Amino acid sequence: MSWDLVLAQAMLGLNQGVFYALLSLGLAVIFGLLNIINFAHGALYMLGALVALIGYNQLGNWIGVPDLHINFWWALILSPLLVGLFGMLIQRFTLRRIAKFDHLYGLLLTFGVALVLEGFFSNFYNTSGTPYGAKPDMLKGVVNLGFMYFPTYRLFSIIASLAVCFGTWFVIERTKLGAYLRAGTENPDLVQAFGVNVPLMITLTYGFGVALAAFAGVLAAPIYSVSPLMGADVIVVVFAVVVIGGMGSIMGSIVTGLTLGIVEGITKVVYPPAANTVIFFLMVIVLLVRPAGLFGKEG
Amino acid sequence: MNRTLWIIVVAAGLLAPYAIYPVFAMQLLCFALFACAFNLLLGYAGVLSFGHAAFFGGAAYIAGHVIKVWGWPPELGLLAGTAFAVVLGAIFGGLAIRRHGIYLAMVTLALAQIIYFGAVKLPFTGGEDGLQGIPRGHLLGTLPLEKPLVMYYFIFAIFLFGFWLIYRTVHSPFGQVLKAIRENEPRAVSLGYKVERYKLMAFIISAGVAGMAGASKALVFQFAALTDVSWRMSGEVILMTLLGGMGTILGPVVGAFTVVTLQHEFAAIGSWVTVAIGLTFIACVLLFRRGFVGELLNALRKYRSAEAD
Repeated sequence: MSWDLVLAQAMLGLNQGVFYALLSLGLAVIFGLLNIINFAHGALYMLGALVALIGYNQLGNWIGVPDLHINFWWALILSPLLVGLFGMLIQRFTLRRIAKFDHLYGLLLTFGVALVLEGFFSNFYNTSGTPYGAKPDMLKGVVNLGFMYFPTYRLFSIIASLAVCFGTWFVIERTKLGAYLRAGTENPDLVQAFGVNVPLMITLTYGFGVALAAFAGVLAAPIYSVSPLMGADVIVVVFAVVVIGGMGSIMGSIVTGLTLGIVEGITKVVYPPAANTVIFFLMVIVLLVRPAGLFGKEG
Repeated sequence: MNRTLWIIVVAAGLLAPYAIYPVFAMQLLCFALFACAFNLLLGYAGVLSFGHAAFFGGAAYIAGHVIKVWGWPPELGLLAGTAFAVVLGAIFGGLAIRRHGIYLAMVTLALAQIIYFGAVKLPFTGGEDGLQGIPRGHLLGTLPLEKPLVMYYFIFAIFLFGFWLIYRTVHSPFGQVLKAIRENEPRAVSLGYKVERYKLMAFIISAGVAGMAGASKALVFQFAALTDVSWRMSGEVILMTLLGGMGTILGPVVGAFTVVTLQHEFAAIGSWVTVAIGLTFIACVLLFRRGFVGELLNALRKYRSAEAD
């Protein structure tokens, strides 16, 4: 076992970590205002990747323009928008109706949504994965990081995810819009009394959280192949990430996601059999030592 | 009411194998018992576990292994599976009840995933293929469980025992405290109840009975598979309980029968079953949160109070 290998796996782990960060950030944003855990998050991540795949491979044929291929850059913008819009419809027509009941119903409802999406697309797409061939030429090849050669695309996906994560953090913690959002998290009734349209804000927030998941999905598509079940395995790990980090802070969920991705990557070299489960075991330790999570306030 | 309930359950159970295919009847009973166990936790203690597949499937693997490889008789195999689930329930419960509500659900889900990966990776589980060819053997060394009817009545006896155990628990002073915790936990604390201890106890009983159901299922179908420990199974048992009516004695049984029959009937159309299950989930949460039995009881109550006026 050499240090180069550990470092290389740590970089690959960081790549996985940015996806964890994007997903747990979305969950945290949604949880803040809606008080529900969005179980459909993994399925919507999958949907983001799938929309990109459809746009590149199939859309042209469907609408009679076989030469039309939506390229990666457009997919990176359009897919989160479309999936976010879809999320807003889900929120408006289902989640809003059960908002006044126990928040566990929100978890169960979104679990149902996840099953519908995954089951539906499993009928049309191979569950062992379809490669997404729209990786742009400028992102092919490798770059020299000084200590290792790293695939250009992976480096791009890390930088793009970090930019979106910290952009989100900035908007929520440092702008007026974010102040409304944080106020809505603290006391929605009072914010509404000040003339803010809170129900609309909730719908938009859900849409935004979902769009983050779809963005992660598009970024993941060229790395992993696109499969209807790609979100199912990720979401359980992201839940563990959320439990470890606690959902108290935006920055907390970003940092926890990144760190755990790196830990998982390093475990792959140090002790491979535990690579799939190391995050769950860390969760157990955190529960024993600090039940509220690293950044959490007990609620 | 209570006596009629028991007469109906016993009579229906005794006659069932003459009306439907015994293996299917046994499948119904195993899942009904699983849902009843789950209901004790969700319906009476108000604790949502998203990891009950770990107890169900884990017990199935353990029972299968000790019967097939170590040559234990079936009754001891079931006991071993159940004991495993009890121990696992104590560990999971002890960790999970440190958090509440949504967090608790996520913790149990993640813990159950450890068992899932164990079932994928450990040498004795058969990985993707699962544990196959578990012999049914002879009950107490005499009764041949290969015969469908003998097997059926054995499973029915297990179901009755588990169902009775849950019924007794719910109607005991212990059960009353659980309901108090469900309704208002801070008040139960202020009345001096050690809430954590009650929740943990409920968790362990629930896990044990779920394990008993899983071990029985392994014996009936003679295999333990990854689907038994996957989080989809944890989701399905929630659906069964919710659909039938959580917090009612018969609800989970009705819910389990409905879901298993649905899966059985639509098995040919592949992934559309998952879509159907998902849609049922959504409809149930949006339209009838009390479940079949709960809505029925509610309608009866309304009718009675209207009559009294």
